[in-house]
Amino acid sequence: MRKYYDHITRIAGNVVTVTASGIGYDELAILSGEKGSSLAQVIHLESDQVSLQVFSGTEGVSTGDRVRFLARPMQVPFSDQLLGRVFDGSGRPRDDRPQVEAEMINIGGPAVNPIRRRMPDQMVHTGIPMIDIFNSLVESQKLPIFSVAGEPYNELLARVGLQAKADVIILGGMGLRHDDYLKFRTAFEEGGVLGRSIMFVHTAADPVVEALIVPDLCLAVGEQFALQGKKVLVLLTDMTAFADALKEIAIIMEQIPSNRGYPGDLYTQMARRYEKAVDFDGAGSMTTLACVTMPGDDVTHPVPDNTGYITEGQFYLRNGRIEPFGSLSRLKQQVNGKTRDDHRAIMDSCIQLYAQCRESREKRDMGFEMSEWDDRLLKYGERFEKQIMDLSVNIPLFEALDRCWEILADCFEPAEIGIRRSIIEAHWPKELATEDAA
Amino acid sequence: MTGRIVAVYGNMVIAEAPGQVVKNSVGYCCRSDGARLLCEVIRIRGRLTDLQVFEETRGLKVGDPVEFQKALLSVTLGPGLLGQIFDGLQNPLPQLAEKVGFFLEPGQYLPGLPLDRKWQFTPTAEVGQSVRPGQQLGTVPEGIFAHQIMAPFGLRESWRLESLSPAGEYTVDQEIATIINDSGEKRSVTMQQDWPVKVPLSVARRRLMPTDPLVTQVRIIDTMFPIVRGGTYCIPGPFGAGKTVLQQLTSRYAEVDVVIIAACGERAGEVVETIREFPTLTDPRTGKPLMERTIIICNTSAMPVAAREASVYTAATLGEYYRQMGLNVLLLADSTSRWAQAMREISGRLEEIPGDEAFPAYLESRIAGFYERAGQLELHSGEIGSLTIGGTVSPAGGNFEEPVTQGTLKVVGAFHGLSRARSDARRYPAIDPLESWTKYKGIIEPEKVARLRQLLRRGNEVQQMMTVVGEEGTSIEDFTTALKADFFDSVYLQQNAFDKVDAATPADRQKFVFDRVLGVCETPFEFATKDNARRAMVEVSDLFRNWNFAAQDSDEYKRILGDIEGFMEKHSAAEAANV
Repeated sequence: MRKYYDHITRIAGNVVTVTASGIGYDELAILSGEKGSSLAQVIHLESDQVSLQVFSGTEGVSTGDRVRFLARPMQVPFSDQLLGRVFDGSGRPRDDRPQVEAEMINIGGPAVNPIRRRMPDQMVHTGIPMIDIFNSLVESQKLPIFSVAGEPYNELLARVGLQAKADVIILGGMGLRHDDYLKFRTAFEEGGVLGRSIMFVHTAADPVVEALIVPDLCLAVGEQFALQGKKVLVLLTDMTAFADALKEIAIIMEQIPSNRGYPGDLYTQMARRYEKAVDFDGAGSMTTLACVTMPGDDVTHPVPDNTGYITEGQFYLRNGRIEPFGSLSRLKQQVNGKTRDDHRAIMDSCIQLYAQCRESREKRDMGFEMSEWDDRLLKYGERFEKQIMDLSVNIPLFEALDRCWEILADCFEPAEIGIRRSIIEAHWPKELATEDAA
Repeated sequence: MTGRIVAVYGNMVIAEAPGQVVKNSVGYCCRSDGARLLCEVIRIRGRLTDLQVFEETRGLKVGDPVEFQKALLSVTLGPGLLGQIFDGLQNPLPQLAEKVGFFLEPGQYLPGLPLDRKWQFTPTAEVGQSVRPGQQLGTVPEGIFAHQIMAPFGLRESWRLESLSPAGEYTVDQEIATIINDSGEKRSVTMQQDWPVKVPLSVARRRLMPTDPLVTQVRIIDTMFPIVRGGTYCIPGPFGAGKTVLQQLTSRYAEVDVVIIAACGERAGEVVETIREFPTLTDPRTGKPLMERTIIICNTSAMPVAAREASVYTAATLGEYYRQMGLNVLLLADSTSRWAQAMREISGRLEEIPGDEAFPAYLESRIAGFYERAGQLELHSGEIGSLTIGGTVSPAGGNFEEPVTQGTLKVVGAFHGLSRARSDARRYPAIDPLESWTKYKGIIEPEKVARLRQLLRRGNEVQQMMTVVGEEGTSIEDFTTALKADFFDSVYLQQNAFDKVDAATPADRQKFVFDRVLGVCETPFEFATKDNARRAMVEVSDLFRNWNFAAQDSDEYKRILGDIEGFMEKHSAAEAANV
């Protein structure tokens, strides 16, 4: 028997309060009325007052609407039929094809027992030297791209998606512009990966609550594929929209804001999503790459700040380049010792020299006399930027390392680059060394 | 006693209790499918009690029963703690994984100590003797230690030992002794006992002034900003500055008996690294796996937030317990900011009036209370035990002017501030040598350290001056000073955590290298040109750096030492020629 509750006592923001009893926390409900029906989720229980956040918003909801509780949390169908499909933030098909009929799984499930995680040790090759050499991406890593509006972050995300050789690619779009959604679609189609990708897209025009659900949908589905032994890559863009949706709900629920209006549990809420990235001991893995736009290019803004503390590093995308300073992959040490013996030395040395080059540039810009050392640093910096840092450079790791050695040998003496002797002896480009000797 | 749920909001539940309720006692919220979710009473208002639930509250309903218990939130102490991996409430995670699989299902709890394991007990007390709280009754071997079996720490009146089991094998829940008090009341004693986590455990003759240096084998810490056994220190730093790597290094190489790692609200991946690597690493001092002296408390950021708040207390209590055996314990809490945020979340749900950045008003006193649990004790047995607490702080935006960092700085003995500028320049460990401080004395005479610190300061001034007046406007003396400061920084203060040798420098080697570095820094080189100066300092830096990578007393080590001596001779000879 279906039981309806129709005593709605409060409608504010995206939250509707209804009088009902025997309702579980986090349970899903359907709110139906003249404007149609919408999913809603229980977010507060107090005696017989049940507060629901309504996915499609409360515009036009009337006190005469009816609520039916489903006695289960939010779920999503899971099967291989999801591949190649596009859904919206409520899990409804967005591609004019029928709903997927399959076993339903709960979203927002419990955390993985750390014991059942394994140490990630597989490098994800992207062909981008700034990632591969300096901040290697590792399977099961969760890594954000910190950027600002106008930077090609979605293009970078799509490029990693295409080159990363994942079994399943899941795109979660939050507050995505419709053009961007189409761009992703085209990129995946042209790259030939559409057949193994799934998209959950919430566009900027959709109700804000749905943006909250998108990461959970992506991660729940990804987790199931990972449990089947697949390598899953989840791309989320943009997590700032997700955080803003959290803020909106928190304010309506009269929570005390902690920092710039964001709720005190912002860290926990984001961590619960990012931490879903996992390398299962005895099954597959899930790698998460997320885009975080920094309002006002301010990394101390609560969203990028909290994200940085959660994720295993971050990439800064600025002026169309991945910044060498500040960008960090915390897991790189797991893989870059096993690629080639000079990988780590090149990684440290090139960045240290580039940092010095920036200092020399400052000196030059202020009109100081350049020493011979400064001149060499400047020469190095220019070549490094053009041949390594540029995003259009698309070469495999070893080739990129060799290129670094060439640049170093062109600009410096072996003792000046701060690399230990044994490695220099093995890798310093030979023909140049003999030239010097001659 | 059973109450009823009247409201559910996030991890907060409000319940109506029919009778007496103890604040901070535990209870269970009974979900309609039979799961019992652990919770703690955190506020009482009339008939209503506010409970924080240590699990996800999904599925709880108004009207569901709550079982109230008298006991406060406690941990079980006894042999078998070392080598274990617990969650914030002392549930052993490996056993949970065996029981429930990949995920941490709510409502699954297991005893903290293995109940089926038998321990070889050797009695050490005499029947009839008086028994003090924490009195040693016997020992069992646990890893490399003789684990002391102690009388309950909570004994009040005077008690006598009435019976004591003979040597033999016992499990932790078997009776090994009975004690009797003056009024004839008897108590049975087992090898395990419970202790409430929020009550400091400290049974001792007196508390000592901590002065013994705790060698971490990280040069910049031991030399510049030392810590001591029984002291406290904090490592604040923005994300990506290397807090966690520093904590991991310390957990491996610090010269203490027991290390407790409290991974509090941080990334699961980092704990996994420790969990997977520690069993394979050997403790250089004992030759046994490092894991045998380690306890990991793991409440990562995705795990329920209330348990995160409890986890640092759980860790402190376990540390205090081993301190009662006369051992030196190091507790590493990463990160205390997550713990403070957990308090903030709970306080927000309680609708308490918020303080700075919405942290509760009692934040500072809680932080102080936590760090005060550290200390060096002279126990009743005459032994000396210590608990050292090192906490990382993750300040929002890397700005130290925030409540958690400020509250922590007021109460700790050493401050290792990490700087973004240093980590960006890959200068690790990124402890800022100019901003950090310590109140403790380390392994190197403070006077010598002060001299090099002065050099760093001076070098920094010259650097700043040079950005204004340029290299050509700087005198060669000043320029050399800047080069020397940079030399000291790059060959001594920086350390490569991923190099086998350089990752850890024992105290003796530190002293030896330090004197050589001091020698270079205090040689009055008379360079003719700035290019000469730079070349010479590059040469000597390169020598020292390679020396750091050479294993102690290896041929390589001796050869480079010879080269360094050669360098010094050459330059003092050049000097003599100039004169």
